Amino acid sequence: MVALMFFVGYLSSVNNDTVRSIYVLDDTGFVSETFKTTDYTIYNHLSEVDLETAKILANQENAYGLLHIPKMPIETVSNFIKFYSEESPSLSFISSLESKIENKLSELKLQNEGVDLALIEASKMYVDINQESFEGVKTSKVGSLMKLGFGGAAGYLLFMFIIIYGNMIMRSVIEEKTSRIIEVIISSVKPIQLMLGKIIGTSLAGITQFAIWIVLGAVIMFAASSIFGIEMSQTPQQEMVNEALSNPESTDKIQMIINEFHSLPIANLVIAFVLFFIGGYLLYSSLYAAIGAAVDNETDTQQFMLPVLVPLILAVYVGAFTVIEDPHGTISTVFSFIPFTSPVVMLMRIPFGVPLWQQIASLLILIATFIFTVWFAAKIYRVGILMYGKKPTYKELFKWLKY
Amino acid sequence: MQPKKLVILTFQNLLRLVLLFQCNFSYIVTSYTKTYYMSNLLETKEVSKYFGEFQALDAVSIQVPKHSIFGLLGPNGAGKTTLIRIINQITMPDTGSVFLDGEPLQRHHVQYIGYLPEERGLYKSMKVGEQALYLAQLKGLSYSEAKKRLKYWFDKLEIGHWWDKKVEELSKGMAQKIQFVVTVLHQPKLLIFDEPFSGFDPINANLIKDEILQLRDEGATVIFSTHRMESVEELCDHIALIHESKKILDGKLNDIKRDYKTNSFEVGLLSDNKRALKQTIEAKFKVAPADFKSLHDDLKLNISLGSDGTSNDLLGFLTSQAQVLHFKELIPNASDIFIETIQNIKS
Repeated sequence: MVALMFFVGYLSSVNNDTVRSIYVLDDTGFVSETFKTTDYTIYNHLSEVDLETAKILANQENAYGLLHIPKMPIETVSNFIKFYSEESPSLSFISSLESKIENKLSELKLQNEGVDLALIEASKMYVDINQESFEGVKTSKVGSLMKLGFGGAAGYLLFMFIIIYGNMIMRSVIEEKTSRIIEVIISSVKPIQLMLGKIIGTSLAGITQFAIWIVLGAVIMFAASSIFGIEMSQTPQQEMVNEALSNPESTDKIQMIINEFHSLPIANLVIAFVLFFIGGYLLYSSLYAAIGAAVDNETDTQQFMLPVLVPLILAVYVGAFTVIEDPHGTISTVFSFIPFTSPVVMLMRIPFGVPLWQQIASLLILIATFIFTVWFAAKIYRVGILMYGKKPTYKELFKWLKY
Repeated sequence: MQPKKLVILTFQNLLRLVLLFQCNFSYIVTSYTKTYYMSNLLETKEVSKYFGEFQALDAVSIQVPKHSIFGLLGPNGAGKTTLIRIINQITMPDTGSVFLDGEPLQRHHVQYIGYLPEERGLYKSMKVGEQALYLAQLKGLSYSEAKKRLKYWFDKLEIGHWWDKKVEELSKGMAQKIQFVVTVLHQPKLLIFDEPFSGFDPINANLIKDEILQLRDEGATVIFSTHRMESVEELCDHIALIHESKKILDGKLNDIKRDYKTNSFEVGLLSDNKRALKQTIEAKFKVAPADFKSLHDDLKLNISLGSDGTSNDLLGFLTSQAQVLHFKELIPNASDIFIETIQNIKS
């Protein structure tokens, strides 16, 4: 994965490595000073030639393109600036050209109106409303974004984990059924032991896999960036980012983000994450195991997958839309109690501060439901693993509960 | 002696007697129950099982004597597999109980049972050795013990070089051998084979048959579910016949055969006038044509004597009529019994 990331990164840096030479034919002389040659972009300023000659020249020299600013008054020139090139130019390049020209032209226009640029610079104001709760906890809108990020990441991680490893459990149950080893195994262990063992084993394998990805990713990322770091920071995109970062306004923001991070209910978040993660995962994975036991092959799983996937997807959408809108609104609150959606929705709500009793109540409902689903799944599982042949209907599944 | 002392002495003796009697009594009781149970390794008592509306087993009681090979017979769908699954605690009976070695069946008994199901398979992408070790450990063997025994069995069946192969590389018969090894590896008291010979070529089927007999001789008890009657004839000493969820016949195979024999004899007679001879015999006995191989062009008949009449009477009569080349009592084989019993039930 990391190797792939770096490969893509490398490819795009190679893509950007080519030094672009741009011919600029500025008949007005407005912007000639704006375009200064950098490592990756060489601006050749032409003068005293007509457009056709410039075009031929640019083409002969294999230039990336030709920027033409016709002789016009400053009020109207903006609509007649043209960029000629062999291939269609990259979007980011065009927009960076546009913003440079726009800035310059506005400055010139202001100057023409007799406005003192220094005065404008000095008179600029930045407003940032500081938020503080009645208890005196400071927050900000950046903080809200950040909470959303944390909650969203936690909820989404759970969602992905359930989908990926739930499917894995289902497939391994089907494999045991189709390879007919199941009867040998359950003459040694109880079906419920086998099912829970499978769920726990798969989830531990999943967590290990995640951990290895993260650790390995971090290590390789660190190693790679210390080796290739210098080269990578010099791509044109990086230049733009660096420009933005050197802006004093954004360093303030970074400082604020760090502060916000410290003010998050980290302990609550981590504990709730672990508990809801385990509860939600067990709830869904036992259903996946039951589905695997009920069918003979993967193509038959479709009709049973839908009722499992719908609440899960609903949870993510509720999380993504209503929680952003109002983390403590009716819908968000209700969905954070319904056991099939509560793990995802509650995880998204918690960074915004959910009363402890709500968290505990939701967790208790989740645990009760998960005990019920494990019981239910174990029943289906116990009967299903020994049933071959036709695909069962919901009615038959219900009957199995009584066997 | 003082009377007081005498009283005490008498009392003591009385006490001793009572104790002795009690001991003896309890000894008799325990030894009785023990011998009663000990003769059967496995018993099911009135076991019934429903799947929804469908009754899979209807009050089935069987007794499997120790060190026997017990044939569990019946047509497809009769309930054999359900009964076997109940013995393996894969499904639970609705009513009735199962005893292993005198104890009601409990979870820990699984380690005394080795089960080779009819629907059997292995993890396809796993290596043979790893998989055998895993399955053996599930039955409670330690890693080192499992490895030691596996090595012994793999050498014995000459499959040692398969250890690192994946199961999907093996043929069906090869995989069956591994399943057999895994079934018997933990030296279970009770071995249950459901159609063990399906999928084996004749050579390997014989090999497995010999292994089963050897395991029996070493002290194991074998339950053997099949509808291949020739293997029943060869192997089983006890049978139970299950038909439409009910046990309809059980006991020692030889006893059952004795019950089912019709006092009939197969004869081959050398005569110049076969037609006349046949008519003469038909006049006295119930006769049906027979078919067996012989070197001569003889009259081949099945003669039924009915309840009275002995073989000597028949033989005496026949020798007076013609030259007897062939004389054999007709003993019903397992297949005949199987078919006859089920047809009787139907009609």
